[in-house]
Amino acid sequence: MNDQALTISYRKALRQALRDVLHADERAFLMGEDVGRYGGAFAVSKGLLDEFGPERIMDTPLSESGFVGAGIGAAIAGMRPIVEIMTVNFSLLAMDQIVNNAATLRHMSGGQIGVPIVIRMGCGVGRQLAAQHSHSWEPLFAHIAGLTVLSVGTHEDARWVLPAAMQSEDPVVILEYTSLLNTEGTVENGVGGVDISTARIRRRGNDVSLITYGTGVMKCLAAADVLAHEGVEAEVLDLRVLRPLDQQSILSTVMHTHRAVVVEDAWRTLGVGAEVSARIMEHAFRDLAAPVVRLGGVEVPMPYPRHLEDAAVPQVDGIVDAVRRVLQ
Amino acid sequence: MVDRLIMDGETARHLLWQMRRIRSFEAASAEQYSAGSIRGFLHLYSGEEAIAAGVMHGLQESDFVISTYREHGHALARSIAPSAIMAEMFGTVEGCSKGRGGSMHLFDVQRNFYGGNAIVASHLPLAVGMALAVRKRGEHHVVCCFFGDGAAAEGEFAESLNLAALWNVPVLFVCENNLYAMGTALKYSHAATDLVTKGTAQGVESMNVDGMDLLAVIDAMRHANAVVRTAGKPMLLVCNTYRFRAHSMFDAELYRTKEEVEQWRQRDPIEAFAAWAMNCGLLTESNIDEINARVDAEIDQAVAFAKGGHLESVTTLERYTYAEGHHE
Repeated sequence: MNDQALTISYRKALRQALRDVLHADERAFLMGEDVGRYGGAFAVSKGLLDEFGPERIMDTPLSESGFVGAGIGAAIAGMRPIVEIMTVNFSLLAMDQIVNNAATLRHMSGGQIGVPIVIRMGCGVGRQLAAQHSHSWEPLFAHIAGLTVLSVGTHEDARWVLPAAMQSEDPVVILEYTSLLNTEGTVENGVGGVDISTARIRRRGNDVSLITYGTGVMKCLAAADVLAHEGVEAEVLDLRVLRPLDQQSILSTVMHTHRAVVVEDAWRTLGVGAEVSARIMEHAFRDLAAPVVRLGGVEVPMPYPRHLEDAAVPQVDGIVDAVRRVLQ
Repeated sequence: MVDRLIMDGETARHLLWQMRRIRSFEAASAEQYSAGSIRGFLHLYSGEEAIAAGVMHGLQESDFVISTYREHGHALARSIAPSAIMAEMFGTVEGCSKGRGGSMHLFDVQRNFYGGNAIVASHLPLAVGMALAVRKRGEHHVVCCFFGDGAAAEGEFAESLNLAALWNVPVLFVCENNLYAMGTALKYSHAATDLVTKGTAQGVESMNVDGMDLLAVIDAMRHANAVVRTAGKPMLLVCNTYRFRAHSMFDAELYRTKEEVEQWRQRDPIEAFAAWAMNCGLLTESNIDEINARVDAEIDQAVAFAKGGHLESVTTLERYTYAEGHHE
């Protein structure tokens, strides 16, 4: 660790990012269910109501379509709203607003209207919350032209993607992972933002590319540690931006290692991994030494028991096994 | 009740012209649809002219207007040139949305006209957000939101009125109750057919207005301005009206009788206003002839303009998806 780095929890990194952008732009405000008096369902916005007041930190009723739409309207009218949907599982109630308004108004108006809204939501599997509260909707959002979709798999991104997203003139969906909130990580201080148009290599390696996003990043890094003991150096590419996909970074790592395993929690069928795999096939087929392997969620609604939940999404052991297979 | 003596001749002539040109524009639209020059969905405003003319008469240029897909009348009354609207429906770059939107998506930010929104009730939350921005900046604009009786059955109607009342924001909700949601009569959609009760239930001051009577609409707007502009509170006007033509060009009108349509045509808002104004000495036969000639020329010119328009090159197909400079 150098002088410029600090250790911080994922939750505090998100909170510091919110504080930064609220200080930086008086047009910015945060709204969502329980973001104020309760302190945020996951305590991300704890203390912000006292610091910024109720005009900047607005509690909303349970009206996902209503308040996401209101955020879109405020964005059109010159504000810079940050709308928190408590979890991705409730985002479907606001999907019409996101798809039919946020993502289309610029186009339908012939470029007259922009919708500079940031929509944040807690995501992820692994807390035994059963079928309705364990969704991985990254592929749904990544499918929608007009959105920018960011998946926050590291502490660095938890700290820095929000300020970057606030600079966008278009709607940005930020997917944050609740299972990471209490974890600590190292963040470069004073970087002043990250690039939200490119994927990021989180570990260098020559033998195989692990291409992933979200909580897959930590799992792939753990798998890479295991593999290193076997003399296999895995490169871990964090896609980070799920739309527009950074195709060049995907192709570069595959051309470097010639083998790819794509890892995600979302259902495997028509997932982000399917798109990544197809692009590799289209543009780097002759660079491949083995077929691309996709690891994704098992095609079942999420069960409640721990052991079944664990079996329903890729785990470190499974990633290690998949790498061994593609190296044979 | 309205002080009917307060109107001067110039205002009367202007309002009659406004309603007449909407009626004529819609006739020309139907003609051009039949000729194949306009495609997609086309929803005509004929019969409801008193609402667009009366409401817009009570608004200021700096106010925001956001509308539904039956919005030609609102757009015309908001001073968007008929030529730009007709060109939009012809799908040419001279259209008010550069040809990207068509009949249901007329936009003109210069005139604070924010569509042309075609998912029923989806724009109500946007109106709330625009008004929230107005309030946060300490401005005194009205955000005027038009929608139909069908929208009042959507969840977003209830969410939006609640949010507007809760946040005390200046939205004027104008429900154009033409008694049918496509082909389903009000009584088959709503258990409580007096829609005003739905507004008051959400804490929004609400009133019924005779939408076939221009003077009643103008009078209602005086009160609405006091509530919304001056006091900064939301208000709901339920303007009871009737569309003289089918829901869209695909509608065989199996759900209502010719006799019912004929009865409502007896209450034609244009004829009623013209008769009243002549009776009051505000209009003469020659004034009406002049207005008709002016309208005919304007609409003919609009059609000619659209016919002379240009189709966008397919090389720019991907434009208007993101802000310029942001491409995948």
